[in-house]
Amino acid sequence: MRESRAFDLSSPRAAWRDLSLQAAAWFAAAIVAGMFLWLLFDLLWHGAARVDWTFLTTTPKSSGRSGGIAPILASTLLILFVAIAVAAPLGLATAVLLSEYTRREGRLGQMIGLSLDVLAGVPSIVVGLFGNAFFCVWLGLGFSILAGGLTLACMILPILIRTTESGLRQVPDEWRLSAEALGMSRATILIHVLIPVAAPALIAGLMLGIGRAMAETAALVFTSGYVDRMPASFLDSGRAISVHIYDLTMNVAGGDKNAYASALVLIALLIIINGIAVALADRALTRRVSAA
Amino acid sequence: MTKSTGSEPGQNKPAPATPFTVSPIVAGPTCCVPECQIRIEDLAVSYKGVPAFKDVTLDIYRGCITAFIGPSGCGKTSLLSSINRLTDMIAGCSVEGLISIDGQNVRDPTLDVRALRRRVGMIFQKPNPFPLSIRRNLEMPLREHGLTNRAELDSRIEKALKDVGLWPEIHGRLDAPALALSGGQQQRLCIARALVLEPAVLLMDEPCSALDPLSSGVVEDLIESLRGRYTVVIVTHNLAQARRIANYAAFFWVKERAGTLIEFDFCRQLFEAPKHELTAAYVNGQRG
Repeated sequence: MRESRAFDLSSPRAAWRDLSLQAAAWFAAAIVAGMFLWLLFDLLWHGAARVDWTFLTTTPKSSGRSGGIAPILASTLLILFVAIAVAAPLGLATAVLLSEYTRREGRLGQMIGLSLDVLAGVPSIVVGLFGNAFFCVWLGLGFSILAGGLTLACMILPILIRTTESGLRQVPDEWRLSAEALGMSRATILIHVLIPVAAPALIAGLMLGIGRAMAETAALVFTSGYVDRMPASFLDSGRAISVHIYDLTMNVAGGDKNAYASALVLIALLIIINGIAVALADRALTRRVSAA
Repeated sequence: MTKSTGSEPGQNKPAPATPFTVSPIVAGPTCCVPECQIRIEDLAVSYKGVPAFKDVTLDIYRGCITAFIGPSGCGKTSLLSSINRLTDMIAGCSVEGLISIDGQNVRDPTLDVRALRRRVGMIFQKPNPFPLSIRRNLEMPLREHGLTNRAELDSRIEKALKDVGLWPEIHGRLDAPALALSGGQQQRLCIARALVLEPAVLLMDEPCSALDPLSSGVVEDLIESLRGRYTVVIVTHNLAQARRIANYAAFFWVKERAGTLIEFDFCRQLFEAPKHELTAAYVNGQRG
């Protein structure tokens, strides 16, 4: 049994190496999990007492020191609505162009792909400046929910397009081929087969985009503004929840408690959205496996 | 339409005059006179300049089953997909030479490709029903080609399913997902999906190779039953299968890095008295 020492895991040296590697991996994982738990615990500790139905349904008082976050939630959801309503169809159309009508190694596909990747890496503050210059000033939308939503749409488009594109690319080619062999048009197969099959990926991409958009502050400060009244239209300025947290923390003395509570609401929303995204991605995976 | 029966022509008949075409049968009822439906002349297909096969000339006879045999990589599938112009879809693929079906040039750039593909159905190696219900699988191609009358749709669907023998097995659950069927059933559904358009020609690319032996036998019987009503061209690696079902067989081999047609003849002739030594070696299992 002692012939091949190289594979002998019972030697003290090999055992020690194995153990230290395992310990390092566990330690790293523990740090990551610990940081998240600490953050969550901190938020719960400071904010949980304030979060109740009244907090969610009343307007902020004395610059947000007291009162609730109802108009902030409304503005956030309206901004999200605009962002998704604009980004989802644009994203789907671009993904279809990339996966179905351009070749991966072709020049057009590569150019669009490259610009998407660059766009995805642009810091949100730069996107915010662009949104301010283009939507607020040049298009004359001013500080408004519409301008904020459009700016967010620009921000989440790259991630949305990339996930949808990869979802479409993962649809087996055999369906395209058999449709082609049956003399069916690209549009038919796209609408009846490819998009339904890729739908979970599209939704997962949308969820990721929403997660990013919800947590966005920098891009919204310049575009949808600070006003914490209940918005009456898409052209009103509205304060997103992340902007609210920023404002309470940095500019309002004594706003800490409500900042914690708002952050807790935001984290709860993000966890819910992430959960939905994971569930949908799971479903997409099992669907592909069962289809194969 | 000429009808070739299950009994193979070719026995005790004079040998074909040229190696790649089969002379009409001298004696016998007129229904057995082979009528060329697909004519392929000097055909060559290359991918990004690398030839897949070249110099292929052969006739495919109406209502008969023609098998393409030979080792992998000798261009059988490329030849098959150039008949319904599926090669158009492949980037960098170029086709040269002549293909005509019933005298109509398939490679004519002004040809309506969708109409061509409606007349020339194709079955792939792996069963590939759409991830929809059984009914929708058959209905979609029909609707695509302009048929919307519910009664007509239903009767066509029923007829196609009966043709492939699936009707008794699934007629009560047409709205069940097609992917829930077994592999053999899926492949028969794919054949039904091609038949529902009432094509003249069926191209089959190793239709049984992804199936278990039992399902493979069922599909093979089905292909056999299509003889006479459809012109079937089948690529197969299963020599025994080719021998059982084909009227004609074409043997391909790789020469100078490109596939080429070595021998084309009546199936029985090709298997029992091959003229080329490569064919003899391949069908006897000594090469390939």
